[in-house]
Amino acid sequence: MFAFVVRRIVQALIVVFVISIISFAIKNNVGDPIRQITGVSVSEKERDELREKLGLNDPVYIQYFRFMKKAVQGDFGISYFYKKPAVDVIIAKAPATIELVLVSSFIIVFLSVPLGIYSAIYPKKLFSRFLMGGSIVGVSIPVFLTAIVLIYIFSIQLGWLPSYGRGELVNINGWQTGFLTVSGWKHLILPSVSLSSIMLPLFIRLIRSEMMEVLESEYIKYAWAKGLDKYRVWFVHAFKNTLLPVITVGGVQLGITIAFTILTETVFQWQGLGFLFMEAVERSDTSLLIAYLMFVGIVMVVVNTLVDIIYGLVNPTIRVTGSGK
Amino acid sequence: MKKFFTFLSVFFITGIFALSTNAKTLNLAMDADPVSLDPHSQLSGGMLQYSHLVFDPLVRWTQDMDFEPRLAKRWERLNDTTMRFYLREGVKFHSGNEFTAEDVVWTLDRLKRSPDFKGLFEPFEGAKVVDKYTVDVITKKPYPLLLNMATYIFPMDKDFYSGVDENGKPKDAVVKVGESFANSHESGTGKYKVTYREQGVKMILESTGYYWDKNSPGNVDKIVLTPIKKDATRVAALLSGDVDFIMPVPPQDYARLERTKGVKLVTMAGSRIITFQMNQERKEELKNRKVRQAIVHAINNPGIAKILMKGKATPAGQQSPEGFLGHVPELKPRYDLQKAKELMKEAGYEDGFELSMIAPNNRYVNDEKIAEAIVSMLGKINIKVNLTTMPKAQYWSEFDKQVADMQMIGWHPDTEDSANYFEFLLMCPSKETGYGQYNSGNYCNPKLDKLILASQSETDIEKRAKLLKEAARIVYNDAAYVPLHWQHLSWAGKDNLEIEPIVNVMNFPYFSDLVIK
Repeated sequence: MFAFVVRRIVQALIVVFVISIISFAIKNNVGDPIRQITGVSVSEKERDELREKLGLNDPVYIQYFRFMKKAVQGDFGISYFYKKPAVDVIIAKAPATIELVLVSSFIIVFLSVPLGIYSAIYPKKLFSRFLMGGSIVGVSIPVFLTAIVLIYIFSIQLGWLPSYGRGELVNINGWQTGFLTVSGWKHLILPSVSLSSIMLPLFIRLIRSEMMEVLESEYIKYAWAKGLDKYRVWFVHAFKNTLLPVITVGGVQLGITIAFTILTETVFQWQGLGFLFMEAVERSDTSLLIAYLMFVGIVMVVVNTLVDIIYGLVNPTIRVTGSGK
Repeated sequence: MKKFFTFLSVFFITGIFALSTNAKTLNLAMDADPVSLDPHSQLSGGMLQYSHLVFDPLVRWTQDMDFEPRLAKRWERLNDTTMRFYLREGVKFHSGNEFTAEDVVWTLDRLKRSPDFKGLFEPFEGAKVVDKYTVDVITKKPYPLLLNMATYIFPMDKDFYSGVDENGKPKDAVVKVGESFANSHESGTGKYKVTYREQGVKMILESTGYYWDKNSPGNVDKIVLTPIKKDATRVAALLSGDVDFIMPVPPQDYARLERTKGVKLVTMAGSRIITFQMNQERKEELKNRKVRQAIVHAINNPGIAKILMKGKATPAGQQSPEGFLGHVPELKPRYDLQKAKELMKEAGYEDGFELSMIAPNNRYVNDEKIAEAIVSMLGKINIKVNLTTMPKAQYWSEFDKQVADMQMIGWHPDTEDSANYFEFLLMCPSKETGYGQYNSGNYCNPKLDKLILASQSETDIEKRAKLLKEAARIVYNDAAYVPLHWQHLSWAGKDNLEIEPIVNVMNFPYFSDLVIK
């Protein structure tokens, strides 16, 4: 067991190392940060001086070592645009994304479970067919289009909901939350619905197909034969066994959700990490970009490593296959 | 009788003031917010817009390109190199300090230290205090654009920015990357002071209540500035009533905003010229003047302005728009396909050739579409164009490397003067002099350089206009570059806002003068 844990941690470190190299490699391809922070008529000489001062004229490997040396101490450099340490900027923006992902996860869970179960139990009913058809459409519409259509209907035409931003926020120890105000909740509705629009159909279909498979299995037939109550068969015996693959897929989808927050947040001017990333790319804010990639990379690696270790504890067969020999 | 009229007008003015005293808030959405609170940290439209809110310049431009006294009440030229400014008395900074000549001297010194502004203020020797409210601004040589540059002098509070901050760093340092006192604190003379700022999210500006300009009709006490980067979201925010004013307005939404009740669109001809440069060093064929003329004749820029830009652009035959010193009325757009074909034939390139082209896709209005249209127009004279477009973040380093034979560039002169276009876009490129910094066409004509250099120290307006006009004719006949159009500026807001009087060609809406009905 100890060897397994050590091996996973070493693997995680290698992954982080690779991420750092990749983010450094793209650094010179997203544009020149000096261009972005100086006016157009500034002379080349002035720009060069600034470049020299920021150490951008040094060879890439020297910049890389300088970055890594500071990074292990938690210093990821200063954002060119925000003029503040990149880590502070990221931490300040994280709550917005976390709240958005949280709310849309709730929407996904509370809608996909009953709808998935319903369409598995009554596959022939009209509503089920409608759900299946609708989910195809839902998966195929890009999230930014969904977002713009929602803005058009609910903000412009009906005027019920705000079109951008997070509304009034309450600051709790540096965590800017929109959960405590009416305006905060109103602002949350459209972005979280758009964000969930991509995952919701997927989960409905997943739950439906898993559930249908389980309903065909021997033990369910036995349960029917035993004369158990139908709700007990559906929700306790069948649904419980549907969940395991659903949770596994859900974990994998976390990464994809982060990618979709970039689109959703950009359309709604939602001041979270996805928006921050998009802005950093557009502004060639390379130091912030690298810090973001490292941060997201580390979070993903840590989460995955923890999950793997817990899996290993719970299910010893994973340890065996994980060794690969 | 006269007394009666004075009484009447005073009565009316006070009456108007009494009506307009109820606090008005302006929710303003722009594509970006100011990058810093330090007006000298970056030379950009956004920072200058900010400076007009929180600071005041010595003089400012009016809508018809005249100078309007602000912190300078009046001015007079003492000799070829000295201008004397008489300053407004009793003006207070946000810190409570009084504004004096010392602040002007200090600010000019700081401008000359700022990496972004030092180039513009290179011709300046400095300023000298004459007395508390009089200051002499001195240039190294006779300089015709002294007043133009005075629109960039926003006096800062010398005492407020002197000394060291809690980290032991000097408060007056101009820091472009990293934290500094000036980046996060302000003390100007402007109507508004910054009361809240979360960069990239929101900035709140509130009226100080003791603004010196009592003649201003403005009645906005609070401005909430929210940056909304995405065009569609910004327009939606206005249409849904979440914000009162947006800038810039994406051209695809012009028609829609004009149709919608309750909002209005205001546009104005601007001075940003969009051009293509033809690199004569990269491409042998472009050395031939006839080929360059053929390209200019083949491009239907009135069509681009009318159809692609939906009429919100003025097709150009030269760089300087109407109203600029050096504008030549007879230099018109030259679209004539037949002539273009003849010119190609004369040049011996009847069968055409191939060339490469780059353009940004998010820098100028419709930049990518314009480039695509030009590709097909040049196809008609058998020039096959390989076009690559890219985001502005990547574009400028490619532009500097001159990776393509034809490159797009738009230019708006910081000085609001014709010579500036030539200095950056068409003078012989040289690292030593710094001229021709964006001349990727590598057009080099010593005669033109001489004219522009002469115009820099020519203070006689008539003579100067002659020099600039001749320069414009030379590059027109040489087809040194492809002029396309002047981009119009656009703003939109709810229709209870009186937008028209506060906007100008520089795109610095004077929000302190805005009236909300």
